[in-house]
Amino acid sequence: MIRLWAWRAAAWALGLMPLLFGVKSILQGRLGANPVEFIEHYTGDWTLRLLLTTLAMTPLRMLTGLTEPIRVRRILGLWTFAFLCLHFLTYLVFDLSFSMTQLAEDLVKRTYITLGFTAWLLLVPLAVTSTVAWQRRLKRRWITLHRLIYPAALLGAIHYLWQVKADTREPLIYLSILLVLLAFRLPWSRLMSQWRARTSDKLGA
Amino acid sequence: MLIKLGHPFPIKPSEITPETVHADRRRFLRQVGLATAGAALVGYGPGKSVSAEAELAPLNVVRKSEMAGGETVTPYADITHYNNYYEFGSAKEDPSRNAGRLRTRPWSVVVDGECEAPGHIDIDDLVKPQTLEERIYRHRCVEAWSMVAPWIGLPLADFLKRFRPTSKAKFVAFYTLYDPQQMPETARGVLDWPYREGLRIDEAMHPLAFLSVGLYGRVLPNQDGAPLRLTLPWKYGFKSIKSIVRVHFTERQPEATWNKMAPQEYGFYSNVNPSVDHPRWSQAQERRLGELFKRKTLMFNGYPEVASLYTGMDLRRLF
Repeated sequence: MIRLWAWRAAAWALGLMPLLFGVKSILQGRLGANPVEFIEHYTGDWTLRLLLTTLAMTPLRMLTGLTEPIRVRRILGLWTFAFLCLHFLTYLVFDLSFSMTQLAEDLVKRTYITLGFTAWLLLVPLAVTSTVAWQRRLKRRWITLHRLIYPAALLGAIHYLWQVKADTREPLIYLSILLVLLAFRLPWSRLMSQWRARTSDKLGA
Repeated sequence: MLIKLGHPFPIKPSEITPETVHADRRRFLRQVGLATAGAALVGYGPGKSVSAEAELAPLNVVRKSEMAGGETVTPYADITHYNNYYEFGSAKEDPSRNAGRLRTRPWSVVVDGECEAPGHIDIDDLVKPQTLEERIYRHRCVEAWSMVAPWIGLPLADFLKRFRPTSKAKFVAFYTLYDPQQMPETARGVLDWPYREGLRIDEAMHPLAFLSVGLYGRVLPNQDGAPLRLTLPWKYGFKSIKSIVRVHFTERQPEATWNKMAPQEYGFYSNVNPSVDHPRWSQAQERRLGELFKRKTLMFNGYPEVASLYTGMDLRRLF
């Protein structure tokens, strides 16, 4: 029980600390020459970091056998969504001045915006259905629904990669970590047994 | 060729209504409304110096021209801590952090190619006898941010004419220093070094084309392209090549680094043009450093006097 509380506190700290640090930087005016860009990059970076942390919980349970990672997944997922909303809101307010026509234009013309927006759209139902009540109501379909995090994460990582001018190092780091975490989800045992069956067939023949 | 260097604006800068005021009243009002919250965001917090570092040598100028329509000059701290100079890293604050390794003395520029008087010129021989002037220009980056900076230097034409380009000199190419010792970030090979840029000869000879050696009353800080760089206010910032070591007159269009890397994204001309978008983002608007909301980008960055250089050219195709 104490161990679960420790995990929960850590998950909250992981979301709360960058938020408080960001607010502190704003209040102190330490955002550099282009504060809007700073906030957009800051919230975008933390969305990806928290998203990767959320997706690391299942592999962590597979590797350690602990159940706590699964029980703090919701906290991490909701913090991811909170940072994503801040990210989207900064763009809506300061880049678009709330102009819906400009948003529509960006969605049609700028692929990286389309990708990012789609990722946000995919995560909205996940945030809404994150409660225990919804989990009960949807039963097995809840798990299927929440698999939307995989395409959303891929879209988010490519959204970052797509807008970089020449130095792709950082977005590629995020994308590689994501691919490793997603690879954990492949049904390895089934693939292995299929492969073994096939090779033994060949040997038998 | 006679180059007339009169004042390019018939009306006094102080009489011009700033773009923010007349272009978009609603945005202006909204900005006023958000001023309280914005004060913290815009970040005029502690340590935002508006004058150049005292250790840099001061430069005397014979003339000061305000050529940015009376717009507010960007603080020195922003101009020197938010810019691109990929030889020192690809993040905006990297150049200010890493450019300290650059040695700007001794420094000479080789001038060769299609000219009658090729040779090399020492930076001090260039700057000292030359009468320098200050020009306040708008600067628009291809990434859709912008600023207003007070440059010190000389018309590029004055420099180029010393070497007597021949009739075969249809273009002029410029090269940045490439020294991995002083520029360790070049080892990562993000761009194809040395950084190269080029202009058509009539663009290079245009009175707006400027060769800068100083900023804010003192010599250029390393991160902004010391000891000498181009300042081409009607083109996207990457055309204004930094820390020049070679100038080459040529008959054929020279290679330009970004253009060579992604020709569909960065044209050879790269004139500021709000109606020709970058394939991945809009060029219709820009964010001026120090402002929260975006403002409209002006054709040729608000320098219509260069338009005659491009008469008859399809600027959508030759962007």
